[in-house]
Amino acid sequence: MKQSLFESRHKAEWAQFSLLLERLERNREASRAASFPGDYRRLCHHLALARERGYSSFLIDSLQQQVLRGHQQLYRHRSRPGAEALSFILADFPRLVREQWRFVLAAGLIFFGSLIGIALLVMLFPDLVYNLIPAEQVSEMQSMYDPNAGHLGRSAERAASEDWVMFGYYIMHNIGIAFQTFASGLLFGLGSAFYLFYNGLMIGAVAGHLTQIGYGQTFWSFVIGHGAFELSAIALAGAAGLQLGWALIAPGRLRRAEALRLAARKSVLLICGVMVFLLIAAFIEAYWSSMTGVAPMTKYLVGAALWLLVAVYLLFAGRTRHAPE
Amino acid sequence: MLETTARPRKATLSPPLDTRYPIETPEGIDLPVRPAGLMVRALAFSIDLGLRGLILGLLFMVLAFLGKLGAGLGSILLFVVSWWYMVLFEVLNQGRSPGKQWMGLRVVHDDGTSVGWSASLLRNLLRFVDMLPFGYFLGAISCLQHPNFKRLGDLAAGTLVIYREQPLCRPQLPAAEPQRPAFALALAEQRAILGFAERQGELSEARVAELAAILAQPLQLSAPQAVAELNGIARGLLGPA
Repeated sequence: MKQSLFESRHKAEWAQFSLLLERLERNREASRAASFPGDYRRLCHHLALARERGYSSFLIDSLQQQVLRGHQQLYRHRSRPGAEALSFILADFPRLVREQWRFVLAAGLIFFGSLIGIALLVMLFPDLVYNLIPAEQVSEMQSMYDPNAGHLGRSAERAASEDWVMFGYYIMHNIGIAFQTFASGLLFGLGSAFYLFYNGLMIGAVAGHLTQIGYGQTFWSFVIGHGAFELSAIALAGAAGLQLGWALIAPGRLRRAEALRLAARKSVLLICGVMVFLLIAAFIEAYWSSMTGVAPMTKYLVGAALWLLVAVYLLFAGRTRHAPE
Repeated sequence: MLETTARPRKATLSPPLDTRYPIETPEGIDLPVRPAGLMVRALAFSIDLGLRGLILGLLFMVLAFLGKLGAGLGSILLFVVSWWYMVLFEVLNQGRSPGKQWMGLRVVHDDGTSVGWSASLLRNLLRFVDMLPFGYFLGAISCLQHPNFKRLGDLAAGTLVIYREQPLCRPQLPAAEPQRPAFALALAEQRAILGFAERQGELSEARVAELAAILAQPLQLSAPQAVAELNGIARGLLGPA
């Protein structure tokens, strides 16, 4: 068949298909598209014929464009974000954390190990803190948590609007750190290990120093609540990063690029969970940890309950198959 | 005569000179897309960077009037714009951030489908590593050495930045008397002659004559009228309008 005959025979069909495509591209739930898969496959057939018969580049190119657009509409990765988010939080995320327990353990050891280790060292050798943190920052920290100043947390007499400011700040700051910790894992896991270690050192040094000079009460009652979510989130972000790095170091029987892609697909889910954790942490930090009228004992109790909650959630949620679905 | 044309029909066409990435669909068709190189992507990124700066500047000017509330909102917005700007645009706007839209690019999965949330989030989070140690150094190296110009984030997320298809306009074939070639043409030869006719409008007259002169001998055409006769053959292949 000559090209012009072929074209004139199917012109109307193609025009109709491109109208349908435009409609599908504009709104995702276009109705009356039941004929679309059939039309699309017929177009593929036409393209194959056109190539086989050596028709002109213009015809083949324009058919190719249509087929590509059709392909993108037909093979869309459809998702139902609402239902998926719920089952992710209730079951899939803790399952994933348990599945990746090796990386979580490694990241937890690096982070909490360096944190606790340096805190103990600073309590034994008080001057050590000045080797890690500049003197101005240390005195700034001291004034923030000074029990004699009559306020808790990072600023004096915080009004509700100020809680809001801090909420924004914590989101920005903490999720940024978590993202960095995760992404730098691509450097064979070294970046994640570094950030975990570094953040552990910084937090541990401050904690050790404040406890050592007798500001422990104000400091610990402030941080214990949101620490449950914030610190575990940083460790999990590091675990996700270590997973990326490990895929590059030991890809197993896959090619490195392939292993990386598979690991990345899992680790991005971990990061989604980390973001949820950090949002919760920012909320607690801004609205609960900074409350001044609460007795330290209550804060310790609530904080312990939150730590327990995180541990129970990560260890036991989603163990039964059918619970959330 | 017919038998001689049967064999080359089954042969695949010679690989094109351009950078092409074939996407094989479940229908058994190879769709070639054109991956975008470092330069055009860098331009798209700088447009996005400028735009983000502009958005943040404007927002902070407005938020400055709101006092404390504004400061809180401001830091959330700073977070959203710096980490989510690309992701939101890529997922909700068919793989096109404004910079990519401007430069005619889009992001797709390796299988040619539109980019989704997890892939887009991944490729934009890993941008942090691409930027190390300064000014996209690792990203640029990865992009330059990869056959499909992928930076590290693209490698991990399984995505590809391609040129968007531009609408084609039908080329005018020069008027000529339809004519049969002296012998049956192979598939690639047919397309070459049709291509010669279709692209004639874009070429200078001297260049057209030069190209036709190359073809005149093997096709057994008379050299002085080579152009007209080639157009005739193209007309003949195309069939009556």
